[in-house]
Amino acid sequence: MSEISTSSATQDAANYGGTPKSSDTPLGRDDLARLVARDIAPGSFVNLGIGQPTLVSNYLTAEQNITLHTENGMLGMGPEAKGAEIDPDLINAGKIPVTELPGASYFHHADSFAMMRGGHLDVCVLGAFQVSAKGDLANWHTGAPDAIPAVGGAMDLATGAKDVYVMMTLLSKDGKSKLVPECTYPITGVGCVTRVYTDKAVFLITDDGVRVRETFGITFEELEQLVDVPLLAG
Amino acid sequence: MLEFKDTVAEAVAGVQDGSTVMIGGFGNAGQPFELIDALLQSGARDLTVVNNNAGQADEGLALLIKEGRVRKMICSFPRQSDSWHFDAKYRAGEIELELVPQGNLAERIRAAGAGIGGFFTPTGYGTMLAEGKETRFLDGKWQVFETPIHADVALIKALKADGKGNLVYRKTARNFGPIMAAAAKQTIAQVSEVVPVGGLDPENVVTPGIYVNTIVKVG
Repeated sequence: MSEISTSSATQDAANYGGTPKSSDTPLGRDDLARLVARDIAPGSFVNLGIGQPTLVSNYLTAEQNITLHTENGMLGMGPEAKGAEIDPDLINAGKIPVTELPGASYFHHADSFAMMRGGHLDVCVLGAFQVSAKGDLANWHTGAPDAIPAVGGAMDLATGAKDVYVMMTLLSKDGKSKLVPECTYPITGVGCVTRVYTDKAVFLITDDGVRVRETFGITFEELEQLVDVPLLAG
Repeated sequence: MLEFKDTVAEAVAGVQDGSTVMIGGFGNAGQPFELIDALLQSGARDLTVVNNNAGQADEGLALLIKEGRVRKMICSFPRQSDSWHFDAKYRAGEIELELVPQGNLAERIRAAGAGIGGFFTPTGYGTMLAEGKETRFLDGKWQVFETPIHADVALIKALKADGKGNLVYRKTARNFGPIMAAAAKQTIAQVSEVVPVGGLDPENVVTPGIYVNTIVKVG
């Protein structure tokens, strides 16, 4: 799907064209989280997946006025609870104790998932095992025969949010690109990912193909060697 | 007819072997531990349990699974760092698993309570979890047919009940309580406080008493 034409949360898509922007070094997890946070449009309703995407919340500014959703039934989630703030009745989707911000609301699970499935969330940020050139997402199951499968809300988030951003390292532990022509892991959703934020580059999944928005510590040509997917510059 | 029971044992006394039991809670938030313990004590077995997870550590639902009372789990996220009792039963082939995307789990429960015979949703389309299911292209998207999940009994936890069985919950412990209350033939709620009729602001009631059969105060 083309985020240029459909995204309501994209504040910067119009700024790209020509040579991708670049930096000298790959991005660390926190720098990547900062970049994702900066790209979320003011006033958005956002769901951050478990794991690396949770770091994004550390870099959202008060001026952005972002409302965080947690799928177990809350809008207006605050930071992780510490010490006396910890309340077993107030947890996030990762079952971590959290806090509530002024203006928060609680709702039951079907309402919470209707919010997600009904297209009311502007952005969700998810981790991934693989993303395909067409935006298919694989992030719930390795497919290993002895693995106990667990899906949670991954398929609902992938299918329901207006924009699905993936945050991941570009390469797997064995050095293979996780941006792939077709997912080999079982998929979570078809054609749902709009952007892929990695340590080496930011990719936009568009109707024309995979566009490289910026690179980190790597040239566009070197990136083309790493990734087995045709890449468009800028 | 709404009944108030003095003990959790009396509250769950009517649960039959072979029942489908919905159990509220997401992780430990909203999990009705006292009712689950009473169900374990009651000896009920061959149960199908509907919950988001498959038990944590050595309490609540995890013990029901450990003791072999659960024939089948319908849930979205069984595998957790402390789900060792489920893991062991699953690997031994002693428990059946129906894995359901979380939003489908919630909506299928809601559909049961609302008398809906099924619905189409884009969630899961093209994935392993939609294999063999009817699909249609509707409203510009491929969608998958999902059916309601009914239950014989729901065990839920709320903060307060009034004398009419109206319930209010606390923070994210609400989770599955309201929809399970509507989907089960018999809903048993454990609450921290019972207030007289008129003691809850009608504007704030979350689960109307029509969905509740049995109330027991715990703690």
